[in-house]
Amino acid sequence: MTHVARSLFTFVVAVALVACGGGEKAGQQGSSTRSNKPLTVKGSDTMVILTQRLAEDYMKANAGTVVQVNGGGSGTGIAALINGTADLAMASRPMKDSEKQQAAKSRGAEVVEHAIALDALAVFVNAVNPVQQLTIAQVKDIFQGKTKNWSEVGGPNAPIVLYGRESSSGTYDYFREHVMDKGDFAPAVQTLQGTAAIINAVGSDKNGIGYGGIAYAKEARALAVQAEGAQPVAPSEQTVADGTYPLSRKLFFYFPQNAAERVTKFAEWSLTPEAQALVTSVGYFPLATVAASDAPATDTTATETVATDTAASTTAQ
Amino acid sequence: MTTRSLGTTGRRERRRLFQNALMTGAFSVAGWVAIVFIFLIFLFTFKETLPIFSDPHVREEASLSKFFVEKQPGETLTEQYVWQPTSEKPKVSLWPIILGTLKATFVGMLFACPVGVAAALFSSEFAPRRLREVIKPAIELLAGIPSVVMGFFALIVLATWLQNAFGFTYRLNAINAGLALGFALVPIVYTISEDGLSAVPKAYREASYALGATKFQTAWTVVLPAAAPAVFASFVLAFGRAIGETMILLMAGGNAALTTFSLFDPLRTLSATIAAEMGEVVVGSAHYSALFFMGTLLFVITFVSNTLGQWIIAQMQRRMQGAKA
Repeated sequence: MTHVARSLFTFVVAVALVACGGGEKAGQQGSSTRSNKPLTVKGSDTMVILTQRLAEDYMKANAGTVVQVNGGGSGTGIAALINGTADLAMASRPMKDSEKQQAAKSRGAEVVEHAIALDALAVFVNAVNPVQQLTIAQVKDIFQGKTKNWSEVGGPNAPIVLYGRESSSGTYDYFREHVMDKGDFAPAVQTLQGTAAIINAVGSDKNGIGYGGIAYAKEARALAVQAEGAQPVAPSEQTVADGTYPLSRKLFFYFPQNAAERVTKFAEWSLTPEAQALVTSVGYFPLATVAASDAPATDTTATETVATDTAASTTAQ
Repeated sequence: MTTRSLGTTGRRERRRLFQNALMTGAFSVAGWVAIVFIFLIFLFTFKETLPIFSDPHVREEASLSKFFVEKQPGETLTEQYVWQPTSEKPKVSLWPIILGTLKATFVGMLFACPVGVAAALFSSEFAPRRLREVIKPAIELLAGIPSVVMGFFALIVLATWLQNAFGFTYRLNAINAGLALGFALVPIVYTISEDGLSAVPKAYREASYALGATKFQTAWTVVLPAAAPAVFASFVLAFGRAIGETMILLMAGGNAALTTFSLFDPLRTLSATIAAEMGEVVVGSAHYSALFFMGTLLFVITFVSNTLGQWIIAQMQRRMQGAKA
């Protein structure tokens, strides 16, 4: 067999393996339901990976407990909490008052709002770019391809080069939802593998602009972002923590006050330093650190992400 | 006595025949397993593509006409032919991606074919034997560099060099990705071309020298044409590799699905799209089927170019044997 056929063959096998792996995992989740009364968690797709990681460590630490994590979106999770099919809802937005009332009625107790992490997105430009701030509308126009030149937003006369993430990325989803109003990105957006790659690209491209978790900002500069009718705010641990930075949000767990102990124990555990370290490793802001100090994410986090991203893409080849 | 010896021979003969049947069977099974495996993979890929033709639900978002014909309103080609499968209104034109694949392949081949053939000519015709013994394994070693390393090099180093040297607007573009791809193609072109050039009978060269031709004239007008089928076969195989190469282009190509013919724009290839999007796609969705359609497309292209390559090698061998006789 020739080289080409062989590499293609390897690729197809890899895809098949990935497909089988996925199926197996789903099967396991289904079967484990019977043995132990499981803690069912449902909600935000953004939080699935984070909660899954939390659940894995929690289950390791507490033998015999089963935590089942499902996505579906914040709304789905909240609906499941209301109608009783989930013990705990994950939401990347606060619950509405009407939803809280419904839940209180059906579950017989007030709903507890339990923030577990912070999520913030920065807009990056090259260090030599004179632009210091952009409104959210400007950022949207830039990524829609309507604004094509830096001079239109107070920069030099140079074309804007766009960098973004693949559609499979949660960062992509968040940016699309909160900045792009669920609209499409310009086709000219170059999609790179991971936030670290975007920072690297923007860091070496003086006309570049990209977005990603603020923890990665090393080689590129994060812009101040201005929401409508507000002052421009630069992202920092502080502005993210107090909610003034417009592209930050809290990630919540919701559960009824009268929830079983297995629910409350898991929620409490999610705020332990051990769990909050996981929060950082997944790429969000731990609540504790933000409140405590200005300790920025270290270089190692970024390098690790590059390594995992590359490893993940290698399997696909 | 005679009957008895005849009996032994018969038994021995029978055992021999049984052994023969057993071994032939074992080897046939092994061979067939490989063939069946390839066939099953193709079947699987094609099965997942099938909804594009049969499932009305999938066809609402992805069908042959949506892949190749449908046009979005807009002035530029990039606005008209769009690959945005996860949009609120999915757009699945394959043109930007096919074009990206072809652009990268074009640049890669443009670099690798002359360089590979020149290197092959040098090592088979001009280089002293001792140097040749170093060059050949060294270039073949190049084939062993993992494409992820090549892609990383192109992403971090090559892109910056090229941008500084030529002032490209986009760091990651078809030139950058194509060059990196070219590095991976050189060993393929070199190895097969070199084998072909070395296989040219010595008598050809001697006849050429006898007529007063220089070394270069001999290499260029006698040896190279005589090995043309091998050289062409190497191009075909390199083409197949270029079309299917994933990692280098995923990393160094910029992955923007632009419908342009400019080599200075970022590009997105078929294989890179599959690699990047397969991870998160909903199984059974239109997007999923579309990705498998791309896979089938790649499969068909590589299969055809490979078969062609094999056929040309066979032709070449027949010609060489004919020349000897």
